[in-house]
Amino acid sequence: MSILKNLVGAAALSAVALSAGGAVAQERIALVVKSLGNGFFDAAADGAQKAAEEIGGVEVIYTGPTSATAEGQIDIVNSLIAQNVDAIAISANDPDALVPVLEKAMDRGIKVISWDSGVAEEGRMLHLNPSDTALIGETIIKLAADYLPDGGDVAILSASSTATNQNAWIEAAKEVMPEKFPNINLVSVVYGDDDSVKSTNEARGLIQSYPDLDAIIAPTTVGVVAAAQVVTDMDLIGQVNVTGLALPSEFKQFIDNGASQAVALWNPIDLGYSAVYLAHQLVEGATAEPGATLSIGDVGEITLDDTNSAAMAAPFTFDASNIEEFSKIY
Amino acid sequence: MNDQSIAAPAGRKIPDRLDSPAKAAVFSWPSLLLAVAVGIFILNSFASPYFLSPWSLSDATFNFTEKGLIALAMALLIISGEIDLSVAAIIALASTAMGLALQFGVDTPGLVAIGVLTGVLCGMFNGFLVTRLGLPSIVVTIGTMSFFRGISYIVLGDQAFKGYPDSFDFFGQGYVFWVVSFEFAFFLVCALVYYVVLHRTNFGRQIFVIGNNPVAARFSGVRVERVKFILFCLTGLMSGLAAVALTSRLASTRPSIAFAWELEVVTIVVLGGVSILGGSGTIQGVVIAAFIMGLVTFGLGLLNVPGIVMSIFIGALLIGVIALPILISRLRQRMAK
Repeated sequence: MSILKNLVGAAALSAVALSAGGAVAQERIALVVKSLGNGFFDAAADGAQKAAEEIGGVEVIYTGPTSATAEGQIDIVNSLIAQNVDAIAISANDPDALVPVLEKAMDRGIKVISWDSGVAEEGRMLHLNPSDTALIGETIIKLAADYLPDGGDVAILSASSTATNQNAWIEAAKEVMPEKFPNINLVSVVYGDDDSVKSTNEARGLIQSYPDLDAIIAPTTVGVVAAAQVVTDMDLIGQVNVTGLALPSEFKQFIDNGASQAVALWNPIDLGYSAVYLAHQLVEGATAEPGATLSIGDVGEITLDDTNSAAMAAPFTFDASNIEEFSKIY
Repeated sequence: MNDQSIAAPAGRKIPDRLDSPAKAAVFSWPSLLLAVAVGIFILNSFASPYFLSPWSLSDATFNFTEKGLIALAMALLIISGEIDLSVAAIIALASTAMGLALQFGVDTPGLVAIGVLTGVLCGMFNGFLVTRLGLPSIVVTIGTMSFFRGISYIVLGDQAFKGYPDSFDFFGQGYVFWVVSFEFAFFLVCALVYYVVLHRTNFGRQIFVIGNNPVAARFSGVRVERVKFILFCLTGLMSGLAAVALTSRLASTRPSIAFAWELEVVTIVVLGGVSILGGSGTIQGVVIAAFIMGLVTFGLGLLNVPGIVMSIFIGALLIGVIALPILISRLRQRMAK
């Protein structure tokens, strides 16, 4: 019977160790992210915590799957439903697959909002976009175009081919290019699945397939670091400019070494902060309907559009002049 | 020679195993697993106040039933000495086939038929490559794993099929009785069927014989290739059924559906006491292992344990459960010397 004793003993120890952390607060808001171990979402969780402290009496449950899958998030939402949390604020891995389980959550009285990467309308009460899709699409092309006065070839290294927000930005970028950036030529879009190794391979593939490539645009924090590392390793600094959406703290070294001129991002701290503010107001009884104006604390306020979604703010550009300062924040 | 000449002389009982049946049952793998499952259940009830509620437990079943369905057929396949790593990719392809059919206005019964049929066809394809061309199943199914999912990616790209009819929701979201979901009830029925097939039929005995010694099986008149082909078809069938349930539960199809599930299915089978080298295992063990996986992940989820810690926990559980009996038997041997 020693197998049994050992197993149960081990399980008991870890269960006790794990349950010791949670204190009971009056209101519990779950911040569900695409995957854990991602600096962007850790920063969002810091912001969520800040909002919870400001509001008072709110406990933030920061959780997410190990790999960025819809199935993993569904399991997590199921366990949050069982815990009867007051609100779920989710950055979804799939806009459709999470709808049934989030509908179930709403049926059982849980307020559901999506932020960052959205859920289809029927699966949430409101959606908070970090920024405006068109504005981000334009920004990522502009970041490359600003340093290519005579035009040139650019390629996009995205996250997974099913990522909602990345696809929307790339579409917006393609739309704005003929009019505003006629001499920029988008040669390819590849997918690194937000995995460092795959992103590195895809970036190498781009450089080998397109010897005249002038810039790699990676609208994902994982891809942009991988691409900049590849450019650094292959001694292509000055030839290929890496840009996109990057966390200043992760990306500072590549601005410093010249692999990148500038990158942009919204503030994930503000995003997590705003998500908790919005979820809290719904728990307090506010209704999410088109035209409604809701406060997002220090960040300002948002007005919901016809699809009950709203944009938080415009992306913010980091270059050699300010990266030092922001890399210390997130 | 007739049967009587090899029967034991009257009055003398020749046991086919040394331990008494009662002792063997108590110390069998499924019993130990059951004890572990009960232990985890009790721990979960103490660790989280939300665990012991009918709806919580019902929700908990959803995270393992689809994988469990496949694990039943996978157990038979692994016992026979083969493996199918393409099961998750079959889900993706079957789900994509259903989504395509939906675009042509096919209704619920047709969608289910197409999903299941796609699964069976994929299984037949695997079976054909392994049994007719004599290729190793691990190589074949690593190949078809990319092949099947690749087709889904070609069809769908970054798009999704959605808008499944409301009646289709029943398979992954419906309840047959109070909190008992259709998926879960279906899993229990399948488990019973697989138990009978493996442990109570000639076909089941043949699977064990093949797993232990395919050459001897062939000389004994067992049609080894035919049995293996059927097992690949069964695995495809169960993957097709899992695809119906999962697609219904997600109410949509993306090519990344059920990504990397093959390893979780194999984990359930191995945790269930099926020898990865073939030749031994029980359906009871596999069913309990499916429950354990579900209870552990759901229990840790209720405590909001990060997924990273959860996967470490499951890895440790697997290594522990597999390694401990081996260590103990080594220790016993050493002490006996």
